[in-house]
Amino acid sequence: MSLGDSATPLGKARGLGSAKHGGGHWLTERVTSIALLLLGTWLIASLLMLPKLDQRTVLEWLHAPSGALPMALFIIVGFKHALDGLKVVVDDYVHEPGNNFVANLILLFLAIGGGAIALFALARIAFGAVA
Amino acid sequence: MASTRSRPLSPHLTIWRWGPHMVVSILHRATGIALSLAGLAILTWWLTALVDGTDAYATFTKVATSPIGLIVLIGLTWSFFQHLLSGIRHLVTDTGAAFEIGINRTLAILTIVGSVLLTVLMWAYLLGVAK
Repeated sequence: MSLGDSATPLGKARGLGSAKHGGGHWLTERVTSIALLLLGTWLIASLLMLPKLDQRTVLEWLHAPSGALPMALFIIVGFKHALDGLKVVVDDYVHEPGNNFVANLILLFLAIGGGAIALFALARIAFGAVA
Repeated sequence: MASTRSRPLSPHLTIWRWGPHMVVSILHRATGIALSLAGLAILTWWLTALVDGTDAYATFTKVATSPIGLIVLIGLTWSFFQHLLSGIRHLVTDTGAAFEIGINRTLAILTIVGSVLLTVLMWAYLLGVAK
């Protein structure tokens, strides 16, 4: 910033018009939240309707497509929503650009890595032999 | 030297009298972080324990049903319902509705009442069935 440049970021952006994008992250958070409203309700209802929560009962539930498919969606949408939400927290509190980049990178790797582990375990249950 | 000149700031947290809308706003972020980190980690552990065999699931069950495990699970259940209900409130205010002080306050209080009620009902049922 040159000496005497007193324009605020808003002042510099004013008059340039809309960038036509940038709302994607915000909108994705809303869309995934509505999906999780349905999937989360399904998960809680399913857990409550299982006669027992022992290993055999739960494995049978998740082996059937009626359990495995919504659970796969819950994992994918849940990790995506968590990633988008935690990014907002990181961007709110980690201001230095280098730290911000690293924090968001760690977040991305954790979300994709965690989601992959959960999905892979579910796939083994769904496609494996009946418990 | 633009950074040393202090620019006018908008009033921050300390200056406002606390109200339900502020509590719910902060709870939304706190519960979101708890669900993203602890919630998804436990979900992933649960799925991998299910497929890793009898011993792994026995370990999970032992930890989950220990006093600390139950406190964490009940806390996460409440976080889930609180985040879900205040999330619905966010979707409503996203449309531009419910910003009047009366209705805004009522909805904020309702999310807390609802989340506590749903958590109590769910765990009363779960612990009742387990007996």
